[in-house]
Amino acid sequence: MITFSYTVFIVLIPFILFLLLGFFGNKFKPVVSGIIGTTGLFTSFLLSCYTAWQYFFVVPKVGGAFVKLIGYNITWLRFTENLHVDLGVLLDPISVMMLIVITTVSFMVHLYSIGYMKGEKGFERFFAFLSLFSFAMLGLVIATNIFQMYIFWELVGVSSYLLIGFYYEKDTAVAASKKAFIVTRFADLGFLIGILILSVTTKTFDFITLTDPKGPALMQGGSILFMGLSTMTWSMIFVFMGGAGKSAMFPLHIWLPDAMEGPTPVSALIHAATMVVAGVFLVARMFPIYVISAPAALEVVAYVGGFTSLFAAVIACTQFDIKRVLAYSTMSQIGYMMLALGVSGYGGHEGLGYMASMFHLFTHAFFKALLFLGAGAIIHAVHSNYMNEMGGLRKYLPITHATFLIACLAIAGIPPFAGFFSKDEILAAAFEHNKILWAVEYAVAGLTAFYMFRLYFSVFWGKEVHYHHTPHEAPLVMTIPLMLLAAGSIFAGFIPFQNLVTSDGLPFVKEIELSIAIPSVFIALLGIVIATIFYRKETTLPEKLAKGLGGFYRAAFHKFYFDELYLFITKKIIFNHISTPIAWFDRHIVDGGMNGVSFVTNQVSDKIKRFQSGQLQQYAWVFVSGAIALALAFIYYWTL
Amino acid sequence: MDFLTLFIVIPIITMIGIVLVRDTKQVKIVSAVGMTLQLINSAILIIMFLLQRSAGNIAEILFIKDVVWYPSLNIHYFVGVDGVSVAMLGLTSIVIFAGIFASWEVKDLTKEFFISLILLSTGVYGFFISLDLFTMFLFYEVAVIPMYLLIGIWGSGPRHYSAMKLTLMLMGGSAFILVGLLGLYFNSNPTGGPLTFDLIHISKIHIPLNIQLFFFPFLFLGFGVLGALYPFHTWSPDGHASAPTAVSMLHAGVLMKLGGYGCYRVAVFLLPDAAHQLGWIFLILTTISVIYGAFGAIWQKDLKYINAYSSVSHCGLVLFAILMFNKTAMNGAIIQMISHGIMTALFFALIGMIYGRTHTRLINEMGGLMKVMPFLAVAYVIGGLASLGLPGFSGFVAEMTIFFGAFQHPDVFHRVVTIIACSSIVVTAVYILRVVGILLMGKIRNDHFLEIRDAKWHEKLSVGVLIFGITAIGLAPLWLSDMINNGLTPIITRLLAAVQ
Amino acid sequence: MFEGIPLTWFLILATVMFFIGIYGFLVRKNLITILMSLELVLNSVNINFVAFNKLLYPQHLEGMFFTMFVVAVAAAEASVAIAIIINIYRRLTNIDVERVDEMKY
Repeated sequence: MITFSYTVFIVLIPFILFLLLGFFGNKFKPVVSGIIGTTGLFTSFLLSCYTAWQYFFVVPKVGGAFVKLIGYNITWLRFTENLHVDLGVLLDPISVMMLIVITTVSFMVHLYSIGYMKGEKGFERFFAFLSLFSFAMLGLVIATNIFQMYIFWELVGVSSYLLIGFYYEKDTAVAASKKAFIVTRFADLGFLIGILILSVTTKTFDFITLTDPKGPALMQGGSILFMGLSTMTWSMIFVFMGGAGKSAMFPLHIWLPDAMEGPTPVSALIHAATMVVAGVFLVARMFPIYVISAPAALEVVAYVGGFTSLFAAVIACTQFDIKRVLAYSTMSQIGYMMLALGVSGYGGHEGLGYMASMFHLFTHAFFKALLFLGAGAIIHAVHSNYMNEMGGLRKYLPITHATFLIACLAIAGIPPFAGFFSKDEILAAAFEHNKILWAVEYAVAGLTAFYMFRLYFSVFWGKEVHYHHTPHEAPLVMTIPLMLLAAGSIFAGFIPFQNLVTSDGLPFVKEIELSIAIPSVFIALLGIVIATIFYRKETTLPEKLAKGLGGFYRAAFHKFYFDELYLFITKKIIFNHISTPIAWFDRHIVDGGMNGVSFVTNQVSDKIKRFQSGQLQQYAWVFVSGAIALALAFIYYWTL
Repeated sequence: MDFLTLFIVIPIITMIGIVLVRDTKQVKIVSAVGMTLQLINSAILIIMFLLQRSAGNIAEILFIKDVVWYPSLNIHYFVGVDGVSVAMLGLTSIVIFAGIFASWEVKDLTKEFFISLILLSTGVYGFFISLDLFTMFLFYEVAVIPMYLLIGIWGSGPRHYSAMKLTLMLMGGSAFILVGLLGLYFNSNPTGGPLTFDLIHISKIHIPLNIQLFFFPFLFLGFGVLGALYPFHTWSPDGHASAPTAVSMLHAGVLMKLGGYGCYRVAVFLLPDAAHQLGWIFLILTTISVIYGAFGAIWQKDLKYINAYSSVSHCGLVLFAILMFNKTAMNGAIIQMISHGIMTALFFALIGMIYGRTHTRLINEMGGLMKVMPFLAVAYVIGGLASLGLPGFSGFVAEMTIFFGAFQHPDVFHRVVTIIACSSIVVTAVYILRVVGILLMGKIRNDHFLEIRDAKWHEKLSVGVLIFGITAIGLAPLWLSDMINNGLTPIITRLLAAVQ
Repeated sequence: MFEGIPLTWFLILATVMFFIGIYGFLVRKNLITILMSLELVLNSVNINFVAFNKLLYPQHLEGMFFTMFVVAVAAAEASVAIAIIINIYRRLTNIDVERVDEMKY
């Protein structure tokens, strides 16, 4: 029997790094902290690779399926006899895959940051936070139970908050970090309620029990509770709300574009490759419950994912900040993944969507991280985020240019790059289950190709812009991660996912369906061609088109006014119409009531005190009349 | 002399020591030594308690000592501890220890200040170890009265008003408590034996329902005033705002816990049937507390007010959980008391330190403090994150235990209020991040702030102890939770018996 | 009994004196007059003492002694009162009882 207890170190190493750099970071030279962090993550990366190799190829399968293994487990807190929170390591295909994704990207980002963050104030703080994030994210994916997941879910949220607000003197960064935290926190409330309902219904947190076909979650899904939906459905919808918040699904997406205020490596790690797919991972983790006990919730997942992917793609076409384009692109791609899960069935070829979603998650991590790191290299060179201040950069940044092009081709879904394979699976799965969503995704594929190449051409081609100082290629420490990720973006598509990561652990046979693949490549090419016509050389076509679209373009440019809507709700309604009245009520009514009691007491005492007049004769009058009255009373009423 | 009496004797000796020494430096050293001894004492108590438990001693109450001190009314000095009181004693020691170091720079009447502070802590210790209701009440008064002097003399702002308001409201509460206690006393022996204030004895008898129904509101409201039960919480913002740092720490950190502890140990434990029948009324009030305090905090501009409203919200959660009448939720309530005690003490300590440097508490006048006082700023962020319930800190453990316990309640009404109370975690995040954003981040608004120095050694010690407390509970909560759980068995048994 | 004077007369005299005293105490503003009214009240009681002693226990003298006590105490009281009044006069330059209200509230 192979023991996996060492896997706990994959998680613990980043945590130790965090403590080390957090407490003693300022004692080292900045570069030293960078190197320590990177080495630590590299160790984690090696351990993850070893784990993956062992898990997929050494551990014997049971009945041809991958088993779920508990590598390590301790009890952390006990609520009731059954309901206890464990901290441990659960190994199954998706968690092992996520280990690889996270440690790879995190390692790349660490390495890249040594170059990118050079000379920044708070260099060691940055690495400490990066390690904290890696720890939290790794803890999330290996969670053995939903409560452990919630714990790390919150921790990734806070490390995201800390990293977005890294430039804490910049007001926009502070605002963005606050927004990200509060929006995801609101979503987490849903997650928490979901867990509460789930825990009461099933009396367990444990994933293995929950997803067991004979377990309580799958057996008792039917009871109708509320508004025609079963308990399990409600709980899964609430859980999905948490996932939607973290994964920036509509309508909880507003924090992600603003989160780009953080340093670019952070965007690559957290807001492109790892944290934002946590929601997808969550749904995948609970997938058997969704499919069997809560199909209505799965519908919700599918439609939310589909709508978000379209919505974000449209907005992405209109933005000028390159990081925001990428942010919307991320949203759109995550929408794809959600949709794939939503249209998936369980087991065998039915579970194609599940496999496709995980596959896309995997490939997307590579090319999106690459895009962001490339964008970082561009920003590093030009000191601007806006694509209309760029142009013709291909001469100055050859490596960045080449790797960026690879990533664009990958995300557009051009064979043989990674994105083609995973996207093709998603489209195939959608085609089998839901034609409307399939059509939407088709359109999105075209839009994706269009906006990515719009970005590509505007930055690297287009008109030559006058730069203050000549842009130069990033140092080697930054370009090596780019090249490695580019290699990943090219080759990741050839991994036989249907043999490794499937909904029920059993491998199945799939082949590329040409009837799906050819039109999708065609529409992607169409998008690229349009982008080429529009942006290859400086033309007036884009403006004409924007004018032609009129109001729709303006709405998309303003992100369909969702920020304004949220601002209205938070500022106007919550702050002005709930909080302010409550504060007023408290001061004037509640406290006023208390003060009123004391005021009345005071007034009464003020009235009574006039008896104490100091006039001797007045006292005597009272005394005498009292004595007489008493005497009379005795005389009349005293009977023996 | 038995072990628990040390908790009262050490402060008294410390006070005598303070009277005897001359200059302020010696006063501080004596206080620090005394309170360090108390801290060690608590640590020893916790260890001894856990050892006894692991050795298989399953008695309800350990370390009992029983002496009659007023025979004609049968009043005893009756002390003993269970898991809950051990935890509360630990909390008290941590907070008072930190409080001594946080008030290292009190200038006026130093001697008297420290004496009052330690007198207050004596009352608190006595309250937590007492098992005789009258002795408990006596110590309660000992704890409340120095507060008036501490705020009235060493406070700031409208201190006389605040001190008067706080004392009067708490005294009003104790009048209610006294009525309730007398009610218990005169019904303590239905079969006609001698009357007694003995808590354990009363917990074993059955008091008729109509008497319970009459006295339960007195006890619950009386203790509830101290536990900042809506709508009797308004002493808290004003009182905290005017109180000096260490007093705010002790008050919010420990004294407000007397309310929660009293509700749990006296009101609900001794009058379980009434608690079941009337619980829903107070449950609504506490749910309002939780949400209302959180929303109230969003709007505030003064750091201390923000924290005071936050305390209303968090303490509301304590009473809320007690009223859920199940083991998990009650466990959560006790952890929440400890967690909130340490956390809020940390906040008030930091606010005092920030105020001492910037001379303002209005958040709009500050900004970018992260740059000039990194230690205090980071500590503030940690406190804030703990307060909004981040895993790894005690607040998370407490809140989750409460929510999961409360949601176990089979009744729909209880589940709905649980979900309403849950939503406070979002509102809490809003006001905490608002303060952190305005206060610590951004640009420095005032050039004078550039000359500010970061924390001194005693401040670091004070803050460090408190942060250690919240992270220790947050990272390894199981021992605490188990220790408390043992202590909850009698009350749960009694409550279950009351339902049938 | 007192050679043809009935007890009632004594009692009437005492009552009249008593109420004259009370009246004076209540309405006069001058502290000295108030003191004098007080003497009237005391002495009306003395008359009662003496009269009842003679009536009830002619062989005993307790009532007489009690009267002596009252007279002595009244003398002491008068001296103290006059001392106070003199002090009040020194302070306020008059002895109007309505002006002496510093102890109010």
